This record gives sequence, C-alpha cells and structure tokens, in this order.
Amino acid sequence: MDPMTTEFILGHVNYWLFVILMMTGLYIVIAKGNLVKKIVGLNIFQVSVFMLYISVGKISGGTAPIFPLDMQIDPAVIYSNPLPHVLILTAIVVGIATTSLGLALIVRIREEFDTIEEDRIEEIEHDMALAEIAYHDAQSGRQA
Amino acid sequence: MAGDGLNHVSMTLTEQLPILQVLVPFVAAPLIVFIGSRSLAWPIAFASSIASFAIAVLLLGQVIDGDVISYHIGGWAPPLGIEYRVDATNAFVLLLISGISSVVLPFARASLSAELPPRKHTLFYALFMLCLTGLLGVVITGDAFNVFVFLEISSLSTYVLIAQGASRDKRALSSAYNYLIMGTIGATFFVIGIGFLYMTTGTLNMADLAVRLEGQGDNRTVQAAFAFIVVGIGLKAAIYPLHFWLPNAYTFAPSVVTAFLAATATKMAIYVLLRFMFTVFQPAFLDDGITLEVIILPFAIMAMFAASLSAVFQRDLKRMLAYSSVAQIGYMLLGITFFSETGLMATIVHLFNHGITKAALFMGVGCYVMQVGGGFYSQLSGAGKTMPWTSAAVVVAALSLVGIPGTAGFISKWLLIEAALDRGWWIVALLVVASSLLAVIYVWRLIEALYLSQPAEGKTPQEVPMGMLLPLWIMAGACLYFGFDTDITLSASRSAAQGLLSGSVAVH
Repeated sequence: MDPMTTEFILGHVNYWLFVILMMTGLYIVIAKGNLVKKIVGLNIFQVSVFMLYISVGKISGGTAPIFPLDMQIDPAVIYSNPLPHVLILTAIVVGIATTSLGLALIVRIREEFDTIEEDRIEEIEHDMALAEIAYHDAQSGRQA
Repeated sequence: MAGDGLNHVSMTLTEQLPILQVLVPFVAAPLIVFIGSRSLAWPIAFASSIASFAIAVLLLGQVIDGDVISYHIGGWAPPLGIEYRVDATNAFVLLLISGISSVVLPFARASLSAELPPRKHTLFYALFMLCLTGLLGVVITGDAFNVFVFLEISSLSTYVLIAQGASRDKRALSSAYNYLIMGTIGATFFVIGIGFLYMTTGTLNMADLAVRLEGQGDNRTVQAAFAFIVVGIGLKAAIYPLHFWLPNAYTFAPSVVTAFLAATATKMAIYVLLRFMFTVFQPAFLDDGITLEVIILPFAIMAMFAASLSAVFQRDLKRMLAYSSVAQIGYMLLGITFFSETGLMATIVHLFNHGITKAALFMGVGCYVMQVGGGFYSQLSGAGKTMPWTSAAVVVAALSLVGIPGTAGFISKWLLIEAALDRGWWIVALLVVASSLLAVIYVWRLIEALYLSQPAEGKTPQEVPMGMLLPLWIMAGACLYFGFDTDITLSASRSAAQGLLSGSVAVH
C-alpha cells in the first residue's frame, strides 16, 4: 500500500490513536510536576498499549470468540483472536497494582514532605543533601 | 488438550523442579502473611529460599553440559502453553539469585531490627519472597509475555521494599516513587515490543518466536520491537543513561534490600537482554554491527567512566557503591558488544562475580549503618580498628570490585580484556584498564577512611553480631574463592555463551 493515501491513513486508525495516546501519556509523565498528574499520565500511556493489543486481535468480519453451547462449530464463522484480550487482562491488573501503589506512595510523600510538587520535593532533598555534606565535612575536618 | 505430547503425567519430583523453583517462594509469601506471626516469618522465608537454592543447584547440574530442560506448565505443550526453559545461561543466573537471597536473609534478621520497626518485619519477609519469585520467574520462563508478568511482580515488590527505608530517611519514599515511574515506563516499553513481535509472528513462546523471526531482519515492525525491548529492559537494568532512578533508590533503601537488589535485580535485567538479543532475535539479527558497535558500545564506555567518576566524588559509601554499580553494568554491556564467545563469557561471569561482590559490600554498609549510624566516610573513619572483621571483609570485596588478581573481579576483567584484544579493539582494552584505575581511586578513599583516619573521640563502635558477620564473610569468601577456583563459573559461562551465540533453538 502506498503510504499517505487516505486509505492508508484510515486503515491504520487504531495505530494513530495508539501513537497519539501514548505520546500524550508519556508527555504528561515527563512534563508535569504534580505527582498525581504523573500517575494519570502513566495510566494514559499504559491504556494506549492496551488499545494497541486489543485492536490487533480484531479480524475483519470476525465475531466474538465464543463457541456455541452445543459445540457445533461452523467452520465458516470467523472469530476474532481472543489471546490479546487475555494478555491485556493481566496487564490491566498490573496497571491497577502500579497505580494504587503509586498513589499510596504519594500519600506517604505528602505526609513526610508536606507537598506533592516535584520541584518542591527536589528542593527539600537538595537542602537535606547540602546539610548532610556540610555536617560530614565538618566532622572529617575536626578529625584531621 | 492437556497432556498432549506427554505419554503419562509423571509426578516424580525431579521433573517438577522448574516449576518448584518459582512455586516455593511464591507460596511462602502468602503463607507468611496468613500465619502473620513475626517469629515464624523469617524461618519460612529462609527455608523456602534455601529450598530454591537447592533446586537451582540441581537444575544447573542437569544443564551445565549444554542440555536444555523444557517444562510445560499444566501439561499444555508450547507454543500454546507456557513453557519453562532451563539452559546453562539461566540456570547460572537462578543459582546466583537464589544463592544471594539465601545469604542475605540471615543477615536481614539482625540488620532489619536496626533499620525497620518490628511491626513491619512480617510483611517485609512476604514482600522479599514475592520479589524473589518475580526474579526467578523472569529468568526461568520461556514465554515472552510471562517475562513481563514476573518482571512486574518483582518490580512492584521492589518499590515497596525500597520505600521501607522511609523509617530512616524520608527520601526513600520519593526515590521509590521515581523508580516506580521509570520502572513502569520501562515495563510498558517492553510490552509494546512484545506486542509488535506478536503482531508479526502470532506467538509468544521464545523458541517459537526465534524460528518465526528468522529472515525478518528487514521488517520495520521487528526492528521497532527490538528497539522498544532494549530500551524497556535498559531502564530496568539501569543502562547508562537510563540509570537515574538507581543511585537514590539504592542509597535510601534498607541495607538488606540494597544488598539483595544490587546483586540480583539489575543482573536479572541483563539476563533478559541477553536472552532477547541472542535467543529471540538470534545472533544473525545483531550481525550488522550497528546495534552493538554504534549504539551499545558508546553507552557502555560512558557508563564505565561517567558513573565511576561520579563514584569518586561521593561522600557516602552507599551512594558511591550505587554509582559503581552503574559503571559495572557498563562492563557487562561491553562484553555483549564484542559479539564473541569470550565477550559473552565475560558478561556472564561478571554478572555473577559482580553480584557476589556487591552483595558483600552492601552488607558491609548494613553493618556500618547498624554500628555507627550511616555510611558517610566521616562516620567510617577508624572503623578498621573498631570493627576489624567487618572492615576486612569490605576491603576484600572492594578489591574484587577493582579487579585485583586473586579476586573474582579479576577473572571477569581479564576475560573482558582478552575479548577486546581478540577483536583487535586494543583501545577498548585500554579503556577497561583506565576505568579500573578510577575504581582504584574510589576504593582507596574507602580504605583511607577505614584504616588511615582516627576514630572519632568518645565513640567506640563494637563489632556487629555473628548473624551479620557470617553472611558478610561468606560473600567476601566467595569473592576470593571464585578468584582462584574458576571451574564452576567458567564452565557454566562457556556453555551459556556457546548456547547463546549458536542461537540454538532445540526442539521441544
């Protein structure tokens, strides 16, 4: 297929959506300083991958991959591929675990640092590091 | 379908070893939580870790000559079912991971009481077992998507384990959070790569993937898959410049956690990299030289120098060791770029030798944290006199880190240089030596603090209890032992390297 024809663009619509969502998510993770927003970005990023998997499992004209109860399978019926769905079920569970753990960490960070802004946390950490260095340099200076 | 390809469902224990390798720690984790007793948590964890280690020894014994064990989960034959596949490469890594865990756990008992409030101990051991399960599972499985699942089991438990350092320093929380973000991006990149492979081939079994990817080197989807997988695993392995999560995470985690992770987690990631590069994509795919020589080689060398240089200027022993870990990952990558048997041997031997070296060093840090409250050089001054046994073990391991003859570190550096000279890359060989000189500087700063400065007045730190000293010396002893007796490490890594380079895909 020639690239950049209308047919090519429309035919790959699931990939375009995947790329746009993925880049949106990744951008939020990198660009936003708020820890909760980063988790939201991470979720969008992960969901884009779920969509990629699920969309490639679809077969044109295929129906839901459920056999009839009497197991009389008509060879003419085309079924969509169920495997990607199953894989993504696992990935969704992993995604939920990651999100909840990330949010739990944010609660603890808020308790200890009193902020969930990355800039402010880095400032606090920088000050802690400088204080440590000053203290230990003074200690070794005394010993020398 | 179940049972196809098997004449009978045999239940002899030997045949079930591959699944038991993962199942034992996996069952131990919920068992610890349900029993909920602090006094029983450690014995259960330790017993299952020892059992894992014994299984790993048995498995390595079966495959060290180049055999392959293929285990079909639930009797479902690959490529439809999930396969556990044990060859010399991963049996060796399994041995390292379960061995380190078995040595670190006794150390944890004493060390944790100093670093973690008692009410958290029970859950700590449960998480430790989950992390062990994940690491072992990633290494033993022959299914690409299964790698992702186990990778996330180990990563999620790792984030929590690192955050436990918050009892001592609140920065553990933010480093755990940063690791979570980076680690999840890495894992998701990895899944995208697997997805592309599945789109191209319609299979997830590694051996089957290898067969179907043959001759697909020009396929853009396959190339993109390779890039996503290498970057994703690169984040987990802390390949320079994807290492930014590592120094803080290692510095603020409890000492036991750092000792365990530094010796196993990044090594597991390097193993996955090897497995995908050589078994799934096959050596022929890498043969154009561009991936290895133009992309990986420069980063490997940058890691060796930039991270070592950062290590030189640290004031905290724990952070210094973390940077040195990033540098050592560079050596392992360098071994891959030679694309030769000796080079891969160097990578695999270094993976093992550096694992035991770093476990010893970080356990040493744990001893100092317990007795003098931290690992800053000013706190360590004179510790060579007040804690002679700990400090002697730390020095032995530090010499192995530099690669002094007679220590394990020397063997892997020697192989690296030999592989570089084989390829005619004498500049690279010189760079290995030069970066080792940087290691001499940062190790010298440690020795200076330990032996050449006077202890602070009024402070007389005592030697740590036997429960910590013994594991520390087992690892330090291993650094010396594998420096002299190289039979096990060299023969295992030789079969592993030959297996990887031949791209052998044995029939099921």
